[in-house]
Amino acid sequence: MNKNSKSPDLVRINLVGLRTIVTKEIRRVMRIWVQTIVPPAITMTLYFIIFGSLIGSRIGEMGGVPYTTFIAPGLIMMSVITNSFGNVVSSFFSGKMQQHLEELLVSPLAFTTIIIGYVSGGVARGLGVAALVTVVASFFTDLSIAYPLITISVVILTSIVFSLAGLLNAIFANSFDDISIIPTFFLTPLTYLGGVFFSVSLLPPFWQKIALINPILYMVNAFRYGMLGYSDIPLGTAFVIILVSVFGLFGLTLFLFRRGIGIRT
Amino acid sequence: MEALSGIDLVVREGDFFALLGPNGAGKTTAIGIVTSLVNKTSGTVSVFGHDIDKEGEAAKACIGVVPQEVNLNMFEKNENILINQAGYYGVPRAVAKQRAEKYLKAVHLWDRRDDIARNLSGGMKRRLMIARALVHEPRLLILDEPTAGVDIEIRRSMWELMREINGIGMTIILTTHYLEEAESLCRNIAIIDEGKLIENDSMENVVSKLQREVFVLTLRDAMQQPPVLDGYEVRLRNNHEIEVEVAKEQGLNGLFEAISNKSLHVSSMRTRSNRLEELFMRLVKNKNQNVRTPRQSKIADLGDTDREGSS
Repeated sequence: MNKNSKSPDLVRINLVGLRTIVTKEIRRVMRIWVQTIVPPAITMTLYFIIFGSLIGSRIGEMGGVPYTTFIAPGLIMMSVITNSFGNVVSSFFSGKMQQHLEELLVSPLAFTTIIIGYVSGGVARGLGVAALVTVVASFFTDLSIAYPLITISVVILTSIVFSLAGLLNAIFANSFDDISIIPTFFLTPLTYLGGVFFSVSLLPPFWQKIALINPILYMVNAFRYGMLGYSDIPLGTAFVIILVSVFGLFGLTLFLFRRGIGIRT
Repeated sequence: MEALSGIDLVVREGDFFALLGPNGAGKTTAIGIVTSLVNKTSGTVSVFGHDIDKEGEAAKACIGVVPQEVNLNMFEKNENILINQAGYYGVPRAVAKQRAEKYLKAVHLWDRRDDIARNLSGGMKRRLMIARALVHEPRLLILDEPTAGVDIEIRRSMWELMREINGIGMTIILTTHYLEEAESLCRNIAIIDEGKLIENDSMENVVSKLQREVFVLTLRDAMQQPPVLDGYEVRLRNNHEIEVEVAKEQGLNGLFEAISNKSLHVSSMRTRSNRLEELFMRLVKNKNQNVRTPRQSKIADLGDTDREGSS
């Protein structure tokens, strides 16, 4: 077969393709809204009722603000982390299991485009749920945003990190058990220990040092700084860790796509 | 394990090309390599001049593929499956919608456009996959067992569709277990077995290499013993049917004459099996019996190696 006509316009193909993947992912979230939107809203409402109103009123202040206000940024971040991760891991793994991921793998889309498409879907759901939880939180406490730019950039970057983590989990997963192991045994414990409900300054010095290994601690605190102006850790360190995570995970995912590990024979 | 070895194939633009072989021969692996779903360990593949290693995206933009396994998003609307697929190839959404309508109508699924893929029958899913492969109007269409599980009426209409799209210049590579399908549609053919190419020629030449054909004659009067027809090998299938093996050089006139001489009343006559199927079975069987003999001599010997053929 001869190259007897002009080469395809790969830039246009990738732009249209990216838009298609993002639209498809957002439609998926909306189509199964009972699974994707409602549960985090209910869970977070319960957290605010139990930890905020009932227990929080007896705790008093933490970090110079009422306890309900203190946990609000942490709970928003917890929603962002679990939903960004969950969206990508379930969507990509389902495509892998039903084999319709092949639609993308045989297409002319660059691997970068496919990765960005799925991550955008995760970010869209993460931010959508974050907005919903913020509305829920506003019923329980007075929320204000001290540094909007920091708040927005941290929430987007964190959502990207966990969307990429979800994609990596889906790439390596071979069964539905494999996609629940990471959230159950790693994500949830690290989130709970990542300063969502408490300030690390409450921990004994040794455990404070151990807590610093947890990357989620930096994300939660950076976001809390953006909203409340209070953080247990330096903001610059938090941004470095988040950005290193973004580029590191993206590079690893792209490497796996190129090698075909977990997605091709 | 080496799934393919030394496959050297050229498919010309506009061709309707059959790739045949028994189960596990390596057909799907070969297609997987062309479509980048399978990593090859060595060798080169070029699609319309685009090397898949150097210009993978450009090569893939030219290809539409219907895989052997159903690989649809079962929870997506059928129309959206096509619109999304078109988007992955850079077709704008407005155009993609028109194309989705065109190709869903072509495979008789337009009235199921709002249904989800999971609710379709097996044959409908296969048709949907064909429409999906066509929606970006590729230059090369690869069909891996496209009509498996499709009823005869729809299969015939799909053949018409394939002929039509090949007629407007789309190159088609077809693998199928229905050898009648390959003989009816394809102009050129390659047969692979155990990862190796054992035949590659025009359909006309390949079929003409068949040295013998077996005809089944239905007789009006019942008989207990096969009749003796001079120069022909005759076997009794049942009381009313005989099989007559006719060598290529013998022709049918002599057979008709021998039948008349015996005053046999023949109600109908048909070939025992598809000619290509006959050849295919002999090629594969012959290869197993004569490990690695030159291809031409194998073909020349076909008529003498397996008189039983297949049915």
